[in-house]
Amino acid sequence: MSVSDPPAIKRRPVYLNLVRIRLPLPGIVSILHRISGAALFLFAIPVVLFAMQASVESEDGFASLKSMLANPLCKLILIGLLWAYLHHFFAGIRYLLIDLHVGDDLAPARQSSVAVLGASLILTLIIAVRLW
Amino acid sequence: MTRPLRQTIGAHYGWKDWLVQRVTAVVMILYTLGMLGVALYNGGFDYALWQALFANGAFRIATLLFGLAVLWHAWIGMRDIWMDYIKPTALRLTLEVLTVLSLVGYAGWAIEILWGAAK
Repeated sequence: MSVSDPPAIKRRPVYLNLVRIRLPLPGIVSILHRISGAALFLFAIPVVLFAMQASVESEDGFASLKSMLANPLCKLILIGLLWAYLHHFFAGIRYLLIDLHVGDDLAPARQSSVAVLGASLILTLIIAVRLW
Repeated sequence: MTRPLRQTIGAHYGWKDWLVQRVTAVVMILYTLGMLGVALYNGGFDYALWQALFANGAFRIATLLFGLAVLWHAWIGMRDIWMDYIKPTALRLTLEVLTVLSLVGYAGWAIEILWGAAK
């Protein structure tokens, strides 16, 4: 950009088009952190409490919970929630480290965002395959 | 008058939540690693191990602390989401109240499970 160009601020979009925004990788980790967090609040907390109650109540409850795992829909939901937990977990650790100024330069921050996306997806995939 | 007006939001409002979000995160990480360790050491959970865990007072307290960390963490996170996306005050307040009510309800449920199971 030459010095004579008008200030960039004049060409900024006046609205945010969600479809056209190209988020950088750390931005993708960030919005997924938010989405996975909301999913954990809305679904994982009640599901985990339900499972805890059923599994502790009796041996039958424990067994019936295990047999519920055979249901493909239950498996899919669990795998989805598992990904949400893992992504939130790894992205959260990344944020804690960045708060401590570990890897907060541009290049390492980009690398660690790839690591977060990759680790949560690969771990989810491994567990999903074993579950199936 | 040079004294600043009292504000319901503003200075000192955010930093405590910022800190709480991180402290609760560390508590949850430690509990997750602990449970992972128990699972790996025992080769998974069967009913006997599950019963033994819930009969253990230290496990119940650790789980309670984990649960409280989850609830506090979820409150801050969900409140941030409502604040960012829900502009009408009445709707936002309603959602925030529903969030608090469900979280406190979940806390009660968790305590009931943890200490109801101790026979």
